[in-house]
Amino acid sequence: MFPELNNLLNITPDRAEQGKLTLLCDAKTDGSFLVHHFLSFYLKANCKVCFVALIQSFSHYNIVGQKLGVSLTSARERGQLVFLEGLKSSVDVFFQANEEPHPLQFLREAKPGNLQPLFEFVREALKPEENGEAAWRCPVLLVDDLSLLLSLGVGAVAVLDFVHYCRATVCWELKGNMVVLVHDSGDAEDEENDILLNGLSHQSHLILRTEGLATGFCRDVHGQLRILWRRPSQPTAPRDRSLTYQYKIQDKSVSFFAKGMSPAVL
Amino acid sequence: MAAAATCGTGAGSTASVASAASKSKVTSFQRRGPRASGTDSGGLRLVSIAGTRPSVRNGQLLVSTGLPALDQLLGGGLAVGTVLLIEEDKYNIYSPLLFKYFLAEGIISGHTLLVASAKEDPADILQELPAPLLDDNCKKELDEDVCNHKTPESNVKMKIAWRYQLLPKMEQIGPVSSSRFGHYYDISKRIPQELIEASNWHGFFLPEKRSSPLKVESCSLTHGYLKLLQFIQNIIYEEGFDGSNPQKKKKNILRIGIQNLGSPLWGDDICCTENCDNSHSLTKFLYLLRGLLRTSLSACIITMPTHLIQNKAIIARVTNLSDTVVGLESFIGSERETNPLYKDYHGLIHIRQIPRLNNLICDESDVKDLAFKLKRKLFTIEWVQDNYLRQERNIYPPGFSYLLKQKDSAWGEGSLQHSTFLMSFLAKATAFASRLVRHGEPLKQTGSGRIRQAAGPRLWHDGRRQEAPGFLGIPP
Repeated sequence: MFPELNNLLNITPDRAEQGKLTLLCDAKTDGSFLVHHFLSFYLKANCKVCFVALIQSFSHYNIVGQKLGVSLTSARERGQLVFLEGLKSSVDVFFQANEEPHPLQFLREAKPGNLQPLFEFVREALKPEENGEAAWRCPVLLVDDLSLLLSLGVGAVAVLDFVHYCRATVCWELKGNMVVLVHDSGDAEDEENDILLNGLSHQSHLILRTEGLATGFCRDVHGQLRILWRRPSQPTAPRDRSLTYQYKIQDKSVSFFAKGMSPAVL
Repeated sequence: MAAAATCGTGAGSTASVASAASKSKVTSFQRRGPRASGTDSGGLRLVSIAGTRPSVRNGQLLVSTGLPALDQLLGGGLAVGTVLLIEEDKYNIYSPLLFKYFLAEGIISGHTLLVASAKEDPADILQELPAPLLDDNCKKELDEDVCNHKTPESNVKMKIAWRYQLLPKMEQIGPVSSSRFGHYYDISKRIPQELIEASNWHGFFLPEKRSSPLKVESCSLTHGYLKLLQFIQNIIYEEGFDGSNPQKKKKNILRIGIQNLGSPLWGDDICCTENCDNSHSLTKFLYLLRGLLRTSLSACIITMPTHLIQNKAIIARVTNLSDTVVGLESFIGSERETNPLYKDYHGLIHIRQIPRLNNLICDESDVKDLAFKLKRKLFTIEWVQDNYLRQERNIYPPGFSYLLKQKDSAWGEGSLQHSTFLMSFLAKATAFASRLVRHGEPLKQTGSGRIRQAAGPRLWHDGRRQEAPGFLGIPP
């Protein structure tokens, strides 16, 4: 996790909020560093994490996680992390046609219907222990990324349904959190992606939007992060607070600064 | 990356991966070895495969793309387990060259090849690969190429565009005598037949595979993509590139080359219409291919005619599903062909995406304006010099030369733009000034003599500015 981002979001691993849906959105840049941040943050906060990682392999997240101070292999062994590795499982599902249900079963179908098997997997992974004692603080669902499901043939409505079901179970019933990543296609008129993004923007409590700089590539400023708080918990708090920062990604951390205040310029 | 192969071998391996991980925590220096060694039980043994090297940044195993200049732009090479997507140029003239370089590099390094095409027989593609430039011929060939090219005086200190001096230079072509990573090739010669015969290659030619039955029921993948995917998976499994065969001690890399993916010859109609029935076929194929690659020691090059894809959303999705994306834009038929700025080059090359593997950051090159040139024997990539550098290096910026050429006719009828007094004054003044910058000649008057160099003769004494310039004005 990045301490500077924790300060900006005003959260600490001890005091994590519950029942929130966080939307990570990236436009013209790579917002995956936020996924690594939230993964390490919730693992350090002693939460049970179900990570649906569709786009990269387990070792990628593991190696970056080690740089940020968490070990995914040991988290997986002690049961804190349930990891669905999309790339490996998709090959298994596709080439070995057995009839038992699999979370990524929609890959086998000609016209993929819905993501119910995937939801069942998530519910099974995050259900509380039967013996009643809570070893972990709160369940967290992390999805990287949802736009990929559109590329695999699932409709935008089916993905929104999946998110709705997950939110009802994870956020409301189990009082946990959800973090999802969606790519913003920008001017590449991807209607399905726009439907998905707009639908999720309305449902989420916190939106972190990373954008590339409008002026192009820069070595010292990698992009801009806009933080938008929606649905504040207290009715008296101001609605829809928004902040913008620019960031530079380094080897093990990300530094944030106000717009135009990059250390390279000052 | 390739260490993910250990995760694929079942539950028993998690223990060994955990022990390996804990070992790597204790001695973090060990991580700088190639990651291919993970399959063997415990420990990170350094296994070196011919034609690969670990990345400087994170120990990622890299293979060469066949073009050392492109390797440098991609941060050292192409990572094993990833896809290099080449967006074809408009008439598909230069992208086959990159494709062939990749395959030729595989033959020279002793890797196994898998060539897939719907248009040409893979055997024919292999016959046309370029011959490698070996050490003793290398210097001769490259020297004569370099002489023809106007060598920039790199030791001349730049006066106007001094900031550009600080930018890194593109790699100068030079003979690489005993490097096992990255070779130079001579396009004018064919690769020797015995090298092809000594290599291990598999070909996939789509028209031959049409009739064979499908093992998996069709699931929204085009028939061609499905057969190709099964073929690739078969080769990976049978030849042990995914580590499933513990007998194979000697590890090797599988280089996969897929030509013109997405074109109508593969049975896909994304290049034909905007609203196609099977718009997910290509993206699903790319995702499953990525899954296969990540769990095996292989690297893939795909050329795709993205300029034909009507639906921009599909291009965005394809880009997200590929790791490294390089776009070629040739000048043939475009207005840039006659632009004097680009007269030495054949097209532009855009590095659109570089992956961040096992890392938060990637090795993105600072230089963004790159052009390529196909010489008689070599394909080179250079940074396009812009106006300031041309002025510095005694080359006219484009606009000025036109004004000078029109010197005689500019003041007559026919060129309305230059007929006003102000324009003619400015033209003469700037032509005068640039001639001074260019030649360092002091004070030859041009035109009617009404404009005199108002600053003293010492200003341009020996071509170097000695005092602040005066005011170029018309004497009273």
